[in-house]
Amino acid sequence: MRNFQTIILSFFASVLLSNAANAQEAMSLDQKVNETFAAVTGPFVSLIFAPFPGTSFPWIVMWLVIAATVFTFYFGFVQFRFFKHAIGLVKGDYSDPNDAGEVSHFQALATALSGTVGLGNIAGVAVAVGIGGPGATFWMILAGLLGMASKFTECTLGVKYRNEYPDGTVSGGPMYYISKGFTELGLPGGKILAVLFSVFCILGALGGGNMFQANQAHAQISGIVGDYPGWITGIIFAGVVFAVIVGGVKSIARVTEKVVPFMGILYVGAALIILLVNYDMIGWAFGQIFVGAFTGLGIAGGFVGALIQGFKRAAFSNEAGVGSAAIAHSAVRTKEPITEGFVSLLEPLIDTVVICTMTALVITISQQLIVDPATGLYQLNEAGNAIATVDGNSGVSLTSAAFGASISWFPYVLAIAVVLFAFSTMISWSYYGLKSWTYLFGEGKNSELAFKLIFCVFIVIGAAASLGPVIDFSDAAIFAMAVVNIFALYFLMGLVKKELASYSNRLAAGEIKKFKH
Amino acid sequence: MTTKLVIGLDGHGSGERAVVFAKRTAEMIGNCELLVVYVIEWSPYSFQTPEENAERHKRREEEISMAMSRVVEPAVAALTDSGAKARGIVRHGDVAETIITIVNEEKADQIVVSRSSEGGFTQRIFGSATSNLVMSASVPVTVVG
Repeated sequence: MRNFQTIILSFFASVLLSNAANAQEAMSLDQKVNETFAAVTGPFVSLIFAPFPGTSFPWIVMWLVIAATVFTFYFGFVQFRFFKHAIGLVKGDYSDPNDAGEVSHFQALATALSGTVGLGNIAGVAVAVGIGGPGATFWMILAGLLGMASKFTECTLGVKYRNEYPDGTVSGGPMYYISKGFTELGLPGGKILAVLFSVFCILGALGGGNMFQANQAHAQISGIVGDYPGWITGIIFAGVVFAVIVGGVKSIARVTEKVVPFMGILYVGAALIILLVNYDMIGWAFGQIFVGAFTGLGIAGGFVGALIQGFKRAAFSNEAGVGSAAIAHSAVRTKEPITEGFVSLLEPLIDTVVICTMTALVITISQQLIVDPATGLYQLNEAGNAIATVDGNSGVSLTSAAFGASISWFPYVLAIAVVLFAFSTMISWSYYGLKSWTYLFGEGKNSELAFKLIFCVFIVIGAAASLGPVIDFSDAAIFAMAVVNIFALYFLMGLVKKELASYSNRLAAGEIKKFKH
Repeated sequence: MTTKLVIGLDGHGSGERAVVFAKRTAEMIGNCELLVVYVIEWSPYSFQTPEENAERHKRREEEISMAMSRVVEPAVAALTDSGAKARGIVRHGDVAETIITIVNEEKADQIVVSRSSEGGFTQRIFGSATSNLVMSASVPVTVVG
């Protein structure tokens, strides 16, 4: 384990030193960071996104979709059967008043959501629609609905197998349920899988939970104040994150955690206003989504391209099957672990089916994507890998331009939202990464500090690198978590089924009672 | 039959006046039990970081034991020392709602609180815990000035 820690630390040192040594060369620091980063992460990215032989379909996308479909059928469409019950749980209908003061179902859901709702919904959707066309939205919604079952499975296990320490604190997540669950079932290899998951979770925390956020926050800020080197944004962000996770300045995190939900509401509100103002185009936009889903409407890769983008970005946005939410949800105090599973299945619904769809509709309606008037198909950009946009925008700047087309001042609000979302996602993922780190290296001040410092260094790298390599690495790292997590879930899903059967029977028999509040 | 009086404390000096008043009332009534209640303001709908969630159970226990030792136990001790029958309760939640819940659970007959010491903007908009209690309690409420 120590060796691994040393390897990681020396990797950062070499990246930083090579940057410093070449700073005087003609190439800017940003370019250098970008190049080194792309070269280092390339093989890992290629492995995760390797296509099925003879096709362009990445195996990892199929892996996630098949898992979500298997869980959906295995648990008998739990996401629809227990939807109303999940709402009741979040409202506190089944919460014992004597447990007041413990983490409520609502709080666990809100905390997990603040880790997932963010740039995936704003920038990620723009990437999906920008490459896969509006049709990607259809596959994104489908992936969101199916993903609810994956989330249910992992979060139930997260609470069931968490560690509760004598001082009352808890640690939970896939690394705990994989090792404990496999031992319980008498299966070998649980510990190895748990270690593997933790390694990927650390990479995911540094990638999607950190670099992608820093990168897009910088894109948004520089889009408003003018272009400037990314490492400046990186250092500022790293400083604030450092103050919170190392300096223990909780007040910053608290303010963010309180402001972020309002930003989310504001974002959905603005999207709704744009949709209402352009109500006559909603039918057309849905038409584009449905037609595009099965034909591609001229995008690179046709309908398969739309499907891949939709599934990829849905998974990146709601993280169903990835295992991160299981870490966030495991803090809830409940006598019935499965109740947290029910609550967690609302997450992909809110995140993907509602918020991501809003973004996709606004981008489609704003007509930022250029259509060839003669054929009605989307035009590709010069590189031929994405749809041409009005100002050549991609990622978060495409969403910003789409909102700005209807509400001219909204890009400013969006910039603030992006920065706050990025920040709250970083704080959440720093915790997920830290839990994996401490699982590997043990809990202790020095070990924790080492991870936190690495996390801050990656913020600077993420802000300086360009979108392409960052997004590839972010996706690859997060999907690598899903490879291990889902593999383990197939073995452990029988345990969840037992819980579900027992709980359903007791609920039907009236043994699970509502409390009067 | 025992008459039960709920004394709501807010952790400030003004709470002592409520304790003194309740004790005097209890002496006048005779067979009386005093419930010293302290509610830690808490909402299940607040937003927290993952780290705060992970530590929540520990913090809750600390909050309860601190409220017990600093606010409730001294009041209960003062009452029992002077011969009254008293016990303490600490809960988390909305102050007014929680006191009313305790009153219903314990089938208490009256609530005694001191005039709220909180002030300012929030109070003007949402009303103080005391005024909310007066408005929604199902038993008589005595507010000690």
